[in-house]
Amino acid sequence: MAARIHGGAGAGAATALSTFNPKKLVAPSRTNLPAARSSKRCIVAGGGSDASKSLSVRHSQKLIASAAVATKAETSATTGTGHELLLFEALQEGLEEEMDRDPHVCVMGEDVGHYGGSYKVTKGLADKFGDLRVLDTPICENAFTGMGIGAAMTGLRPVIEGMNMGFLLLAFNQISNNCGMLHYTSGGQFTIPVVIRGPGGVGRQLGAEHSQRLESYFQSIPGIQMVACSTPYNAKGLMKAAIRSENPVILFEHVLLYNLKEKIPDEEYICNLEEAEMVRPGEHITILTYSRMRYHVMQAAKTLVNKGYDPEVIDIRSLKPFDLYTIGNSVKKTHRVLIVEECMRTGGIGASLTAAINENFHDYLDAPVMCLSSQDVPTPYAGTLEEWTVVQPAQIVTAVEQLCQ
Amino acid sequence: MATSFSATLPLHGSQENRLLLPPIRLAPPPSSFLGFTRSLTIPSSRRLYHAHAARRSPVVGVQEVVKEKKVTNSLVCILITKEEGLVLYEDMILGRSFEDMCAQMYYRGKMFGFVHLYNGQEAVSTGFIKLLTQSDSVVSTYRDHVHALSKGVSARAVMSELFGKVTGCCRGQGGSMHMFSKEHNMLGGFAFIGEGIPVATGAAFTSKYKREVLKQDCEDVTVAFFGDGTCNNGQFYECLNMAALYKLPIIFVVENNLWAIGMSHLRSTSDPEIWKKGPAFGMPGVHVDGMDVLKVREVAKEAVTRARRGEGPTLVECETYRFRGHSLADPDELRDAAEKAKYAARDPITALKKYLVENKLASEGELKTIEKKIDELVEEAVEFADASPQPGRSQLLENVFADPKGFGIGPDGRYRCEDPKFTQGTAQV
Repeated sequence: MAARIHGGAGAGAATALSTFNPKKLVAPSRTNLPAARSSKRCIVAGGGSDASKSLSVRHSQKLIASAAVATKAETSATTGTGHELLLFEALQEGLEEEMDRDPHVCVMGEDVGHYGGSYKVTKGLADKFGDLRVLDTPICENAFTGMGIGAAMTGLRPVIEGMNMGFLLLAFNQISNNCGMLHYTSGGQFTIPVVIRGPGGVGRQLGAEHSQRLESYFQSIPGIQMVACSTPYNAKGLMKAAIRSENPVILFEHVLLYNLKEKIPDEEYICNLEEAEMVRPGEHITILTYSRMRYHVMQAAKTLVNKGYDPEVIDIRSLKPFDLYTIGNSVKKTHRVLIVEECMRTGGIGASLTAAINENFHDYLDAPVMCLSSQDVPTPYAGTLEEWTVVQPAQIVTAVEQLCQ
Repeated sequence: MATSFSATLPLHGSQENRLLLPPIRLAPPPSSFLGFTRSLTIPSSRRLYHAHAARRSPVVGVQEVVKEKKVTNSLVCILITKEEGLVLYEDMILGRSFEDMCAQMYYRGKMFGFVHLYNGQEAVSTGFIKLLTQSDSVVSTYRDHVHALSKGVSARAVMSELFGKVTGCCRGQGGSMHMFSKEHNMLGGFAFIGEGIPVATGAAFTSKYKREVLKQDCEDVTVAFFGDGTCNNGQFYECLNMAALYKLPIIFVVENNLWAIGMSHLRSTSDPEIWKKGPAFGMPGVHVDGMDVLKVREVAKEAVTRARRGEGPTLVECETYRFRGHSLADPDELRDAAEKAKYAARDPITALKKYLVENKLASEGELKTIEKKIDELVEEAVEFADASPQPGRSQLLENVFADPKGFGIGPDGRYRCEDPKFTQGTAQV
């Protein structure tokens, strides 16, 4: 917690992902927009009841397996409008728009104000909104998270930033006991519309304590929702949706993804908190992933396509609850599931997802669900060891080949 | 110590206010532990102690407040009117009767789990909370029944909650340690000690935010109650720091009853004078006799006024005592009988009664009427709770999420909460 993480650490992201070009990797947005689209209307990417419609529309297009990356159905990128930005700027844009929209939205965290956030997500906001709305807290995660919860109970909508998600371990008491539970123990009297966000995941040799995968620790807490963003598009959309939600939401960002670049729409949009994102439709196997591993999967997908496989890649986005509809439809189509995650093997998101798939879609499976998670080790410092801690594209290719025998 | 109340001036000299330990020093099995052998220095200053002269806030010592009143009332200094006195008396009687009834109901098997009773500490709750408005917030601990009652939550709602019935203030979902009321701004009710203090700090932050960002007229203050054991917990210090730093309208009230279950305050705390910890963070620290509701009320008035004026937080240490064990499961064998007797002699209700009668503010008959009225109220609360229904199965999942879409999308494409079987708890999740 004493270590100061500068925005520069994020610069490692660009090089980390240089093996595949982020610019080419256009994240297909899950849109199910009707044909006519007014630029003034706030667009919700992926509504619940329309989900089935959009899926059937997309599959009738019969994408050829030779395309490693799915072409987007229709987005602003193809129509020419929109603006390009980096993921951390997308988060900032989403946050700023929500703060403009509702004066009750405020930010609290370490170095979010004058410093602009250690990953620059809150850059410029303190100048615009003042020191009270963008509150620089002392280093006391438990207390300021609790303060955010108390503020939420009494009418504000705080966005609490953990400088690193690992630091939120110190706030676990407040997150588990108060954030998740108080709506219930108060008999529904108090709502806690907080957003708890921050970077996590394995970075570039940041050491064990700054490279934690905490999704699994929080997933059992009743009463909270967890989402993980992976592209500038869904980062902004999920940020806005999380702020507008009446439930407490934990938004997981990834240290290495902050410098991803993408063109996103000019018009306002939000992403649905409970929905998964179809990254690449396919026929042979369903690969479920989230956050940084999405990119490892897509890289492996290139190799797989060259080898003649047609993987369907879904970014589950919503870690709690799971979007069993999107996932189920995919399983029913491909009959094989591979989960690729950065979370710990034991009790991780993948473990829960495996259980959920087995419970709900057992009849549709031709092979056992395979789950590739990171090793159950504290992330080592040495570069080679760190590389072996997380799942690499080569392992994904091997796993697919094994499953598709 | 002599009875706190006297005919003329309830407040004795500053020496007594500063006396931090009861004259009978209670000793658990003899040890060489430093806390016992240390002698306490009684500060010579009569004023509220400030750490930094430069940051001296215009807080008036309790003595000054009293002196002012003395000037205006030339004959006899009475700190309360008759109406106020009766309100205070009724509130304390309500707290005492309610808690006594809880004990009865517990042993009859009507309520379960951990029940922590407030007998003996009524002066603190009444002294502070009766000065608050409905929009002010109160945050408490697991010993929260009386805080809820003082804040205005009906005895029926609290009793029903204890019985686990639907009509309880939290629909039966909270229980003894989680009393919440949005209407009365009772923000809980927390089972882990120290857990509520950050929440209270947040409520105070909202008041400041409303004033300074939303430009609303907001004078709401928050009062956080917690015990001596909590004062060794990190959350306490973190919040003292933030409250003073941001000048939040909050009052930290320490109900120092000297015992954290079986752990004596002296055995667990390097410096047992908790009020001193306020100035270390830049806020006034006050020590007050928590068995004397009038003294508590005077200090509370000053602290609340400070907070409303935007001058920031205050730490108030109330020396008090719980007549019963830590909870109804505690046999309370560790505390010395002599200590208990000493504090029983300082029962705040008896003291207030004596004060009211001796100063001709109320007659014995009027007070008896109040006691009878409260007895009936509490009995009616029990009848109401008894007659109320238990929660049904469908209530199980109802309040998990404010927005039930949080349960997610099921395999059929619909949100789970749209499935009627889901809320009934019969659907496969």
